[in-house]
Amino acid sequence: MNHFDLTAHAWLDLFQSGKATPQEAADAVLQRASQVNAKTNAFIRLNDKVRAQGGPCPVAIAIKDNICVNGHLTTCGSKILEGFIPPYDACVVEKIKAAGGIILGSANMDEFAFGSSCETSAYGPARNPWALDRVPGGSSGGSAASVAAGQAVWALGSDTGGSIRQPASFCGVVGLKPTYGRVSRYGLIAFGSSLDQIGPITKDVKDCAKLLAIIAGFDERDSTSVNVPVPDYAAALVKDVKGLRIGVPKEYFIDGIEPDVLAAVQKAVQYYRDHGAVIVNVNLPHTEYALATYYIIATAEASSNLARFDGVAFGLRAAPSKVRKNPLMDMYEETRARGFGDEAKRRIMLGTYVLSSGYYDAYYLRAQKVRTLIKQDFENAFQACDVILSPTSPTTAFKVGEKISDPLAMYLSDVFTIPANMAGVPAISLPCGFDRSKLPVGLQLMARPFAEDVLLRAAYAYEQATGWHRERAVL
Amino acid sequence: MTTFETVIGLEVHLQLKTKTKIFCGCRNEFGHEPNTNVCPVCLGLPGTLPVLNRQVLLDGVKVGLALNCTINNFVKFDRKNYFYPDLPKGYQISQFDLPIARQGYLDIVVDGTSKRIGITRAHLEEDAGKLVHDAVNNGSLVDYNRTGTPLVEIVSEPDLRSAQEAYEYLTALKLTLSYLGVSDCDMEKGSLRCDANVSIRPVGQEKLGTKTELKNLNSFSALKRAVEFEVTRQTGVILSGGQVVQETLLWNDDQGAAVAMRSKEQAHDYRYFPEPDLVPFTLEANQVQLLREGLPELPYVKLARFMARYGLNHYDAFILVQDQGLASFFEVCVKAHADAKKVANWLIGPLMKEMNERKKSFIGMSLTPQAMVAIIQKVETGVISNVIGKEVLALVLDTGKAVDAIIEEKGLAQVSDDEALGKVVDDIIAANPAAVAEIKGGKTGAIGFLVGQALKKMQGKANPKKINEILSRRLQDV
Amino acid sequence: MVDDKTVRYIAALARLHIEAADEGKFARELEAILHYVEKLGVLDVTAVKPTSHVLDVENVFRDDAVKPGLSQEQALAFSVDKLNGSYKVPRVIE
Repeated sequence: MNHFDLTAHAWLDLFQSGKATPQEAADAVLQRASQVNAKTNAFIRLNDKVRAQGGPCPVAIAIKDNICVNGHLTTCGSKILEGFIPPYDACVVEKIKAAGGIILGSANMDEFAFGSSCETSAYGPARNPWALDRVPGGSSGGSAASVAAGQAVWALGSDTGGSIRQPASFCGVVGLKPTYGRVSRYGLIAFGSSLDQIGPITKDVKDCAKLLAIIAGFDERDSTSVNVPVPDYAAALVKDVKGLRIGVPKEYFIDGIEPDVLAAVQKAVQYYRDHGAVIVNVNLPHTEYALATYYIIATAEASSNLARFDGVAFGLRAAPSKVRKNPLMDMYEETRARGFGDEAKRRIMLGTYVLSSGYYDAYYLRAQKVRTLIKQDFENAFQACDVILSPTSPTTAFKVGEKISDPLAMYLSDVFTIPANMAGVPAISLPCGFDRSKLPVGLQLMARPFAEDVLLRAAYAYEQATGWHRERAVL
Repeated sequence: MTTFETVIGLEVHLQLKTKTKIFCGCRNEFGHEPNTNVCPVCLGLPGTLPVLNRQVLLDGVKVGLALNCTINNFVKFDRKNYFYPDLPKGYQISQFDLPIARQGYLDIVVDGTSKRIGITRAHLEEDAGKLVHDAVNNGSLVDYNRTGTPLVEIVSEPDLRSAQEAYEYLTALKLTLSYLGVSDCDMEKGSLRCDANVSIRPVGQEKLGTKTELKNLNSFSALKRAVEFEVTRQTGVILSGGQVVQETLLWNDDQGAAVAMRSKEQAHDYRYFPEPDLVPFTLEANQVQLLREGLPELPYVKLARFMARYGLNHYDAFILVQDQGLASFFEVCVKAHADAKKVANWLIGPLMKEMNERKKSFIGMSLTPQAMVAIIQKVETGVISNVIGKEVLALVLDTGKAVDAIIEEKGLAQVSDDEALGKVVDDIIAANPAAVAEIKGGKTGAIGFLVGQALKKMQGKANPKKINEILSRRLQDV
Repeated sequence: MVDDKTVRYIAALARLHIEAADEGKFARELEAILHYVEKLGVLDVTAVKPTSHVLDVENVFRDDAVKPGLSQEQALAFSVDKLNGSYKVPRVIE
């Protein structure tokens, strides 16, 4: 195995035994990142050099471009944040730095996390390391691609409707969306504030547990971060699923799932059954409404969250060549017209529309009520099971350009990941095989709020038994 | 001819004087250089999040209770979305459907009659920054120091029927709020700001007329003038067959006129929705009860009590309660000096004169009740004259020295010594033969003149009663 | 029905300049998405409480204590245009 393909825990073992130093490791990974970035475009910006500072976990990490790093350009994959250098670290970045983490650069993403393919980035699309003519998924496509391509030991992504899990699935890596409130959002440039969570994207489940342990916990700067103790996630890593009740929701096994994806996921169900887990049928009857609910709530929040990108204090400012309305109005409208891409504009307009006078009740309020129903679905299902199992996405990675002109088709890629955000529950995607084109398939597991340890246990046992995580893309 | 009735509702913004801003740890202070009292949170930088200052919620409850409101035990915050350069996030965090307080009232007195003005709601929100226009060519400057200052917005029912009533309401509101100690309530400094919604309708008509909103009412008198102006204008529009247009008007107090604000021409569509970055807040009933019990005695309750308990007339009691510190001082003084009317007179007269000259409220004066009572007693017992008493008060305030020490040092005690006063009276009689002759001729009015002359000569340090006695005796002898 | 006029209204509210030639495209796309989300209309939600926060958390406060902020230099470091310690914007017409 190449050095750049090593997991964080493998590197830590080498540091421990004196066979490598954190600086050597970081240099090796940075070199790999620079070498192949022209192919993957996983990084929007890559640091020239890196310096290991010591600490318990001195591992090279890719940070999604919507997570603020003090003194470093942070642009959310958008032109509108041109020149924005935050004078503060996100909470998770503080924690990474405190653990000795070495930041490699900013990972590519769909503009403002609006997308499922990483194609809406203002800095060019990222590519899937398993097939460069395919998308890495999105919106954390750069994060997932960087880990899959050995350009980073691990990465941070953010997940509003599947933006960690779907790219993890497409790139054959592990991605976890924590319980809403488990990880501080302070310093994460908001998309859908009631849905967003930062989470780890790693090469295996053990690394996932390790990175989650670093970033999880209460933060007084985020009113929605929850003050409950962080369990010992490493202790959850046992190869035993006996007695674990695995729920299989029929609503997630629908027409439109690619046969190879379905087969791989069904094999995973078989694994759990064979190893002493109890497979139960559960119902999540409002699943088919989750996507519609999501597109109302997430865009409404986004339309408001993105109002601060107005050219007044920071980022891009533009003005039309001749006066249209008045100087201030022209500045606002031109800045935002030039700074945002089409998908951002679409979502801002949709969000503005559903909140506007006369439509609030029909769209936004109704969506919030349906959100309650979706949340109740999960509460009911978790009476009967400990983990809910599904495909992460109905398909494997699609071709660059294949869905970009059809927003709704693109949105359907997130149909299985969105419900976890709506309900706030934790969910993980991990590799569960390949399709006939040797493209990775992802398995999604969901659990009760704050039961990340249960997810990790179920995922770890499966991963260790199947070994899918040891497969690497060849570039 | 149709007669019209004026309908006014006021929206008052009150800045709370907590130590820090509503959602971040920046100091809640003014007068700093532009953009020096800011942080990533109040600048609305990407990725930052608000966290509510506990004191703001508590102060908001106090305001609601003081205005006889029902306190909502479940409150939440909402985003009010609009673009303006003084609003860095592109939305203001405010409260929409679940404000902290609702359905209160405030009693005012108009032409000697009490009238109850309804208060629709009071809610918490963040203040915006400050824009300086015309400072530079083709540009405006933005200072975000004020951004995030905690505000309570108090919305009245459209119960006010004249500019005078609006004036009285604002006066009563300010007085009530000033007692809570949660705000400076200073209109000049902007810690109390007022907008007025004004409409007119034919007398007897139920339906409200089209209203206009008056902004930039920076003083009590501006409120009154602006409303009078607007009522006249609207009446003119309707009488000439026109229709009042719903618009926002900017009052120019120097010109005595209001003009439509161009920035408000566009239809408002604030797209309120629950603020996802803040969780809801529950106020326990016992928590509210504790705050209720902790409220100070409010001014109109105090006024009634002063009249009943101390026998003050409405005028005196009203003046005393205008200054919470002065009112408390009055009560302490009265404990040491039972003549409440006399104490009130000293406070309302000489003491308030000194406060006005020093441009201070009572709290800024260093005066102990012991000193005040001592002065009153010295005058009563004739140690010093009334005039000298006022002088001693000024000296106590200036120097902080004890009353006795000042009288001693400056030799201000009255001369009651017969011999010394006799000499002075003799001199006066000798120097004013004409007056003496008049008195002898039966015109006793000139006695006062001679007493005055003697007092003048003694620089006020003589006991006027004593002078009168001696003078009468000597005149008989002459 | 989302038409060009709606697009113009929404775009103006959102402070987005949309070229006249693009109004039709945005109208069609918005219409398609709104048509899709209309499926929520089949659910009876009259008795359902809305969810704004998935968390069952209330009363998160901070104490009224001062924390250091930014210097003027730091505050203006990322500014687009500045003058005399302030952010400068095109002239605002009240």
